[in-house]
Amino acid sequence: MPDIRVHGFAGRINAPNPFWLASAPPTNCAEQVMRAFDAGWGGAVWKTIGEPVVNVASRYSAADWNGQRIMGFNNIELISDRSVEANLRELAQVKKRYPYHAVIASLMVASNREAWHEIVARAEDAGADGLELNFGCPHGMSERGMGSAVGQVPEYTEMITAWVKEKARTPVLVKLTPNIADIRTVARAAKRGGADGLAAINTINSITGIDLDTLVPRPNVDGKTSHGGYCGPAVKPIALNMIQQVMSDSEAALPLSGIGGIATWRDAAEFILLGCGTVQVCTAVMHHGYRIVEDMSEGLDNWMRSKGFRTIEDFRGRSLPNVTEWKDLNLNYKIVARIDEKKCIGCDLCHIACWDGAHQCIHLDRVSGPVNGHVELHSTPAAIEARSRAAIAFTPVTRKEREAALSLQSTPLARIPRVDETECVGCNLCSLVCPVDECITMVRVDTGVAPETWDERTRGMDCAPEPQRS
Amino acid sequence: MSTATLPDDPLLRERFSELKPPLAPQAAVIEADRCLYCFDAPCTGACPTHIDVPGFIKRIASGNLRGSALRILDANILGGSCSRSCPVEVLCEGACVMHRLNREPIQIALLQRHAMDAFLAAGEELLTAPRASHSVRVACIGGGPASLACAAELCRNGAKATVVERRALPGGLNTYGVAEYKLSAADSLREVEMIRRMGVEFRFGAGIETAADLEALESEFDYIFLGIGLGAMERLNIPGEEMDGVMNALELIAAYKTRHIRQLTGTVVVVGAGNTAIDAANAARRLGAETVYLLYRRGESDIPAFDFEYEHAKQEGVQFLWRRQPTAIRSDAHGGLLLDTIQVREVDSTILPIPDSQFTIACHLVVPAIGQSPFMQLMRELRQIEVNDGRIVADRATGQTRNPRYFTGGDCANGGREVVDAVADGKRAALAMLKIAEAAYA
Repeated sequence: MPDIRVHGFAGRINAPNPFWLASAPPTNCAEQVMRAFDAGWGGAVWKTIGEPVVNVASRYSAADWNGQRIMGFNNIELISDRSVEANLRELAQVKKRYPYHAVIASLMVASNREAWHEIVARAEDAGADGLELNFGCPHGMSERGMGSAVGQVPEYTEMITAWVKEKARTPVLVKLTPNIADIRTVARAAKRGGADGLAAINTINSITGIDLDTLVPRPNVDGKTSHGGYCGPAVKPIALNMIQQVMSDSEAALPLSGIGGIATWRDAAEFILLGCGTVQVCTAVMHHGYRIVEDMSEGLDNWMRSKGFRTIEDFRGRSLPNVTEWKDLNLNYKIVARIDEKKCIGCDLCHIACWDGAHQCIHLDRVSGPVNGHVELHSTPAAIEARSRAAIAFTPVTRKEREAALSLQSTPLARIPRVDETECVGCNLCSLVCPVDECITMVRVDTGVAPETWDERTRGMDCAPEPQRS
Repeated sequence: MSTATLPDDPLLRERFSELKPPLAPQAAVIEADRCLYCFDAPCTGACPTHIDVPGFIKRIASGNLRGSALRILDANILGGSCSRSCPVEVLCEGACVMHRLNREPIQIALLQRHAMDAFLAAGEELLTAPRASHSVRVACIGGGPASLACAAELCRNGAKATVVERRALPGGLNTYGVAEYKLSAADSLREVEMIRRMGVEFRFGAGIETAADLEALESEFDYIFLGIGLGAMERLNIPGEEMDGVMNALELIAAYKTRHIRQLTGTVVVVGAGNTAIDAANAARRLGAETVYLLYRRGESDIPAFDFEYEHAKQEGVQFLWRRQPTAIRSDAHGGLLLDTIQVREVDSTILPIPDSQFTIACHLVVPAIGQSPFMQLMRELRQIEVNDGRIVADRATGQTRNPRYFTGGDCANGGREVVDAVADGKRAALAMLKIAEAAYA
């Protein structure tokens, strides 16, 4: 039976599971955090504690997509608007009642040594299991010299991390901002400053959209907006890339709490496969509530069971070796698209995608003569459409006509596209646009040629050769 | 001057409330987002007018409702009435690839209606090409869908089109013959008004009955389009057919749609089992008839009506009497009717009466609905236009008859199909006339 407990994360942090709430509205107060723990969350990073702020209304906006709400989420809310005393009193209360859950204090104060020493001491006295330094908040606080204003400058990050480490007795995590050219520079600075771990990524600078009636971007604060921080499902690929960069860099890699669009156990497993020891969730909880953690725990457990993983450590970082530089990819690996005629529903999206967006090798006509090689032999999409528009169609009214119409319930051969495998470059586009699971698969073709990378091909040359003309 | 309208009738509206209510705006967007946006889409191919279905649906999804309606109207000027009256189960929605994914097809008809309702409610104008000095002049005889589509297509291409209709209202079966719970006469007239504003001229009460009428048209117009429909329904050819209380299905439908019949009681017998018979039987139920029988000379599996129409009639409470034929209509002592019927069987596609199976039904109304007989003697006699098997013979792709100045489309040419088929015919004929005229001018 898999064991998803967290032991000694960043040195000393334990938790019943790796699913933590990120520092955000779901961790505003003790009442919320305790309900979250009851729902099954393994840890919580408290809404950032510091000098209380005043917030604006509205604070959130979202990017919806294709009828689905909140593909991406954006906020211009600042850190906690409650006093340091109130936050720490409640943190102590939670820790007393939930001694085995991880309670991390997220901190942000003015950039001077005394202020940091004071807040560290107070948070630890309240019973925090660890500290997360908020060097990532991209809006508002950064204008006051805090948040990402620190996280975008490696020297500041290193300096403040070192100040905190002078005082801290619990593990110190530095939360990284993605709003920087190379996230590794700041991760390395945090490591040099003595951080015990990292949390990444914070939100991405964003304007989610503009109201086309008022011409005011969202969220609308009395006719104006300000850039916010983007998160939610849309940012997951960006977060995964940044986490891979950090975890593959020996000068930057530290125990990492992964953040960025995590909503399901699948997302969590992917972050852990790139080296994360825990994961943090916010947007999905703001959308659906604490209850989503049930499926996260069960799903991860069931997946680990099916894969034979006993602990988180059994698969943590297992996908890192599978990410290389482009120059180390095998140039002689050849795959082609195969369409399963039995599964094809005849939407022909692969045809138009291949013609307009790829390499013109998925055809709808069945030409006589040479089948492969020449796109000129085939009808263009425009010619195919023109033929259809010129055809005479009518309502089937007689029994014979209706039976003929019914026979079209299976995909007619004329609508099943065909792949010209000699021209297919194996790009994958068709299999991505196909709405039917496993209808288009990419099949390996044996080229009889030994694997060779770009690095190997060009090794010993003074410069890269001219690209070959095809 | 706008085309005529009908007064609102709350009782009619209540009794014939729509079968399918419109989509709410958010539901329309959600449904539109389900569309896969197929290439060379099967729904478009199945539509006789080849509406760019994925194209108009994606415009709904993006909030471009005006563009959506224009996309529909580009292919089908009666896109509004077609969205209500088309048997989409055997057309666009029947062809939707979602069936092959074991999912519900996209609700194309409701989406089309969503776009068209918004367009018509906004009173939007349709752009037409400026009329050229040498523009071709066409008379479209009959005010139904085929003529309207032909006239609109001519007009938007800069030609002059005049619709000549013998009745008081335009729209043909759209106004007089489609069941009110699918398409109200008021909605049909609203659509015709849009076509009138494009520049199509209308002449009402203008029957073409004599050689002189035809000659007058020929001297005024370059081409004549015959969109005259099928005319009256066929007779039962049984004794008593001319009695009061016998009213064919199209007359019944036209009478309630134009507010001339508002109430029925007692028993009504409809003879025939086509789509119009079903419409008439359902109408009789909704108008208050307690018992409605539908008599058909063949069996359940043979009925010409679409399956969904048959199912609908069962839900309305229509009772079906299979393999039964009327033999005579008599009056009873109390002013009611007696319909004599007999059981029949089919032997080698011949219907034979079964001896001693007579049965008399006491009823208030007998509604023959056994197909329409074409109304085109005049054309045949006066202009050598060939008529075969009740249809005007014409080239399918152009609608041109043997008389090169005469074109045709709709029920009189295709034998009786749907509104959308008539629109497709009318459009093809218009394009053919324009092409011939252009070649002649050049």
